[in-house]
Amino acid sequence: MTTKRIKVVLAKPGLDGHDQGAKVVARAMLDAGFDVHYTGLRQTPEEVRDAALRERADVIALSSMAGAHLSFCERLKPLLDAAGLDKALWIIGGNIPAADHDALRALGFKGVFATGSRLDAITDFIKKQLS
Amino acid sequence: MNSPLKPVVNESGIPIQPLYTADDVSASGGLGMLGRPGEYPFTRGIHPLMYRKQPFTMRQYTGFANAADTNRRFKFLIDNGQTGLNVAFDLATQCGIDSDDPRAEGEVGRVGMAVDTLRDFEIAFDGIDLDKITVSLTINGAAAVLIAMYLAMAERRGFNLKTLRGTAQNDILKEFVGRGTWVFPVQPSIRLVGDTIEYCAEQAPKYSPVSVCGYHIRESGATPTQEMAWAFCIARAYADEVIRRGMPVDEFAGRLSYNFNIFGNLFEQVAKFRAGRSLWAQIMKEQYGAKEPGSMWLRMIAGGGGGGLTLEQPENNIVRGAYYALIAALSGAQTMALCCYDEAYTIPSEYAQRISLRTMQLLIEEMGLAATVDPLGGSYYVETLTNQMRSEMQRIIAATDAAGGIVKLVSEGVIQSQVSAQAYRMQRAIESGAFPKVGVNVYRSDNEAQHAMEMHPYRREDAAKQVAALAQVKRERDAFRVARALDRVEADARSGANLMPAIVEAVKAYASVGEITNRLVGVFGRYREPIRFDETFTVREAA
Repeated sequence: MTTKRIKVVLAKPGLDGHDQGAKVVARAMLDAGFDVHYTGLRQTPEEVRDAALRERADVIALSSMAGAHLSFCERLKPLLDAAGLDKALWIIGGNIPAADHDALRALGFKGVFATGSRLDAITDFIKKQLS
Repeated sequence: MNSPLKPVVNESGIPIQPLYTADDVSASGGLGMLGRPGEYPFTRGIHPLMYRKQPFTMRQYTGFANAADTNRRFKFLIDNGQTGLNVAFDLATQCGIDSDDPRAEGEVGRVGMAVDTLRDFEIAFDGIDLDKITVSLTINGAAAVLIAMYLAMAERRGFNLKTLRGTAQNDILKEFVGRGTWVFPVQPSIRLVGDTIEYCAEQAPKYSPVSVCGYHIRESGATPTQEMAWAFCIARAYADEVIRRGMPVDEFAGRLSYNFNIFGNLFEQVAKFRAGRSLWAQIMKEQYGAKEPGSMWLRMIAGGGGGGLTLEQPENNIVRGAYYALIAALSGAQTMALCCYDEAYTIPSEYAQRISLRTMQLLIEEMGLAATVDPLGGSYYVETLTNQMRSEMQRIIAATDAAGGIVKLVSEGVIQSQVSAQAYRMQRAIESGAFPKVGVNVYRSDNEAQHAMEMHPYRREDAAKQVAALAQVKRERDAFRVARALDRVEADARSGANLMPAIVEAVKAYASVGEITNRLVGVFGRYREPIRFDETFTVREAA
């Protein structure tokens, strides 16, 4: 039996240059057997949408450490919706204060993985959501 | 029957014995590299009397919102006994983007102060005596512009550039490895670093135009020995660039400085600094033919320790910070800065910043750390480890050179991929409990009472104010002078001339950070990240 590998587009939104966490998560996803497209830094909302379309992403994952997550996600959501990417699983991780988790879930980010989340919690969540 | 002792290996890969004696010191190479403080090879310190004559400078990383708010916080810290300033810029400024640029949306004034033009610098440093308080600018991709702005501001306020001290981070090669506020491709980026070193050597000879950072390479996953070895490789790349232009080493090397990280094992860190000091002196003397002792000095800011702090049980970070400060003092750092206990999740509060400042002041006033030079010198353990760490750094430098050199390895993403593989293994080791972190995988309290944390507010209206202020500067400035200055920046970028005189003229005309950067991007293009997840960097054991 063969199953299609889960395709993740992992992006660093905005100008935040802290990519240690994103690259660690990318490696955990690769080890979990996912097909990972890591965009690198400085992605605009349009670039995240375009990468997700081009790569036919099952999962759109953002890593944000410098506080601009809400402003970015508010701009990203309508772009993803309009492109039909609302069917993909959206998740976000990084330095995300608890006070912002509900707002991110309301925007459509089903998984919010703040600092301190275990790597397996992220990959298990994706597998469960897509099963 | 005795059960065998559990092996202990430090992060740099060196096995740690339960006891060290004089025999271990001899076996590791003896005390030939020890010397006296203030004398080559400076293992024990770059000055004969160190803190007894002048305690370390205390320089907390500070900046948020706009120049006016940041100026108030600067004055709060100075009033509390801080002796230097370390400026945090917002990400737009760091990436050479103006506050009114769409790419700056949501970023203006968020993680540092927004700077668009010289006007912002005039406000930020208003009322601060730049001869008494030295200023460090944490700026890299846009460093040439911000250095120009600082010198222009100081000169306009009547300070003599020939005696003005201060530092810019301006280490772009590490920015490609970690931190990520690059703008231009690798080669023009190195050229700009060379331009700033050359310009400052002539115009502002006491100013330190570069602070080479092992710090962020360590944060990205490097071991302590890799941190220092790769910082030296990077410093050599800048030195080579300037020497290639014909400037003798002793005319600029004395103004190169360093920024190193402190977290993890106390003795490993102290040995790292002592080993690094003698290795750098040896490199400068033997490989570069430096004659001036100042050219051989490893002058450094040390501390921070962000990578060691935890979100869990944040008050533990106050204690960690105290140990990091102790390590910095035991290591003979010239300048100290500590990440605040709340810095893992917010811009530090005044309260948290004062605790960090008091932590450093306690070492001087109560703990006796300023009384005696290199107090750990002569310890069998520390001297053995210093020798072993030095040998390990030499092996890493040799392996880096053998693989084509640091510029090639960074350009191809080899170093980035290596440190991220190590960061991944470390994260797994923390999650499995193999690498202990207090409050995280040992002594964890899952049902911890949620302490009220003071979150630094981000006011979106501040961004609008900053944009309005920029618009006003643009209305009031001499548009013809700006256009002419920007044309000269572009022409000099093309011709290969030193760009600093043109950039200084442009900032004096109130050209913005974004306007100048965009002209340079037009000539140089933008950096493109090499993205890879393999692991190809190896250090072969010495034969």
